[in-house]
Amino acid sequence: MVTSVTSLGRNGLSDWLVQRVSAVLLAVYTVVVLGWLIAQGEVTYEAWSGFMGCLVMQIANTFMIVAVGAHAWVGLWTVTTDYLTTRQIGAAGTVVRLIAQLVIALLTLVYVLWGLVIIWGGV
Amino acid sequence: MKVSIYRYNPETDREPYMKEYEVDTGGKDLMVLDVLNLVKEQDDSMGYRRSCREGVCGSDGMNINGKNGLACITPLSAAAPGVLEGKKALILRPLPGLPVIRDLVVDMTMFYNQYEKVQPYLQNNTPAPAIERLQSPEDREKIDGLYECILCACCSTSCPSFWWNPDKFLGPAALLQSYRFLADSRDQATDERLGKLDDPFSLFRCRGIMNCVSVCPKGLNPTRAIGHIREMLLERAV
Ligand code: SF4
Ligand code: SF4
Ligand code: FES
Repeated sequence: MVTSVTSLGRNGLSDWLVQRVSAVLLAVYTVVVLGWLIAQGEVTYEAWSGFMGCLVMQIANTFMIVAVGAHAWVGLWTVTTDYLTTRQIGAAGTVVRLIAQLVIALLTLVYVLWGLVIIWGGV
Repeated sequence: MKVSIYRYNPETDREPYMKEYEVDTGGKDLMVLDVLNLVKEQDDSMGYRRSCREGVCGSDGMNINGKNGLACITPLSAAAPGVLEGKKALILRPLPGLPVIRDLVVDMTMFYNQYEKVQPYLQNNTPAPAIERLQSPEDREKIDGLYECILCACCSTSCPSFWWNPDKFLGPAALLQSYRFLADSRDQATDERLGKLDDPFSLFRCRGIMNCVSVCPKGLNPTRAIGHIREMLLERAV
């Protein structure tokens, strides 16, 4: 009933799924990393870098960075369409919202790419 | 007891203000609507809506000490504990988020527009049987907790998502009615109905805040109905 060209999937169901699936991924990742930290006791640079450098963690980190990016985009897109609207802030609403969405999209993209470079750059 | 009422007449007032009244209930735990009637005797310029005065018509939804409800079935003791003892005032405001026509009367057009969008009527193109379309008792049970809605708007006007996007997000009341027909075994428009709900706003703007559930004077649960529709959408898509 409502179309929105700036939404990720242009579809509420896919946005919703993206957010739920990425949330589950992030939760599992957090538990695994926390578990490792606790099991490790004292964490040295070598241990940390060895752990993060192994192939399994490189793949996990890749999923993780994409999940963070997708989760953040869907969430912040929702926030902008709730609060940065003509109803909330007057006539400039649409322009302000577009600019905010552009900035958020660019930042998200840069962070994801930068993250990928960090993860795979050392190979 | 003290009563504080939101007053606004767009023709004469530059902005809304709260007006204090002193009302004698004889110590009785009256309904909020009874108190409004007593205020009206003092000051007949104060406007509010009511009709059935027994929680059936849905016309006297208002914000009572911060919580939406029907004035006619909300006793003072529940609305504002301590108000009879003079410890605090009864505070009445119009339903939040809708334009105020005057005092406690709001313009419900946006609310009804959303209701209209969900096509709240049975759609079935098979020839009508001689007597009526029968349902099994089990199928009939599926619309319990849905058909009882009186469209008082207490839920939608307590929902932040509806405040921010009242033109795009259908709101709990309309979504509850949408599910009422999706769940009806006699309705055949399931697919078209679902097809209109899968954009990012109409249904998915619900963030599960559950304000709607906590205020519904009929004890209905729009959040659960929204969850059921989401499951139907998911099933249809995968
Ligand atoms: S559960 Fe959904 S519909 Fe109900 S108040 Fe919260 S956001 Fe609004
Ligand atoms: S669901 Fe409850 S609160 Fe909402 S309009 Fe219907 S009766 Fe009123
Ligand atoms: S007057 Fe009808 S519901 Fe309160």
